[in-house]
Amino acid sequence: MAESLGSAPLPPVGPGDHVRGPEDARLVVVYGDYECPYCAALDLELARVPLRVAFRQFPVTSAHPRAQAAACAAEAAAAQGAFWAMHDSLFADQGRLEDPHLWARAESLGLDVARFDADRRSSAVAEAVRAQFRSGVRAGVATTPTMFVDGERHGRPDENLWARLLGA
Amino acid sequence: MGVVAAGQPAPEFTLRRQSGDAFTRADLDGETTLLVFYPFAFSPVCTDQLSLYQEMLEDFSARGVTLYGVSCDATYSQEAFRRELGVTIEQLSDFEPKGAACRAFGVLHPGGFPQRALVLVGPDGVVRWSYEAPSPGDLPGANLIFDALDG
Repeated sequence: MAESLGSAPLPPVGPGDHVRGPEDARLVVVYGDYECPYCAALDLELARVPLRVAFRQFPVTSAHPRAQAAACAAEAAAAQGAFWAMHDSLFADQGRLEDPHLWARAESLGLDVARFDADRRSSAVAEAVRAQFRSGVRAGVATTPTMFVDGERHGRPDENLWARLLGA
Repeated sequence: MGVVAAGQPAPEFTLRRQSGDAFTRADLDGETTLLVFYPFAFSPVCTDQLSLYQEMLEDFSARGVTLYGVSCDATYSQEAFRRELGVTIEQLSDFEPKGAACRAFGVLHPGGFPQRALVLVGPDGVVRWSYEAPSPGDLPGANLIFDALDG
């Protein structure tokens, strides 16, 4: 029997997740793709508000040929404690996602570049990205970015959702 | 009238393949087929439904399912759209007589384009599952299809 891909609840945020923001702030889960401009825009918006954000990988490779490599780069940076630094670096400059750009980013973040390069090509990292993607598919993610608030699925927030999120 | 319901035989229809050949009800025989009706080639959504399904193509193949995109766009426009998205899913055109196949499947919008809808047809030519999105901007997740396939 093939692995089930039918609907399933959003997996709760756990130790395997990348989370940032104030401990006591409201938690949202974002599924995104580093080559998607709307994801970069949402990421900027989220950086300006007091929310706790968990980011999960949802690379759509047919639309975005370097999305998978970028997702693996972020996961590889995580192994050196630099997930969010790489995440921010990728979203800040989506036009440079080829291998030499990824190496240059790792170097400028002070990472061990050889280790970074081995990790980003490793099956463990590929599996982590795949598991995140599939958890999103099962929770109904069909487009990026998708943001879950209290288990409810949303695209980019509109005014009403921002007001709700920020308790206005 | 909505999308053709599960348990109904697939209607008679003729669509045009990218090769220019006809694609008819007979092409469904002996195959499990998912027809993905979408409103327009190049409609402005960032990550298209077809791109998402492309990511899951191996999982669909493992379940013996072949996917086709269906719209009222001309074959050449569909082919350009397919290339733009970078997907391999074959496109079927309902250009002339425009919308006739979409109407037969119950998915023709009064505006002259298909609703965003999914129709899964079994090898016996009977509709196994169908789904119509609440609005054209609402992209049906692949999980809904796997619910129908795996359930």
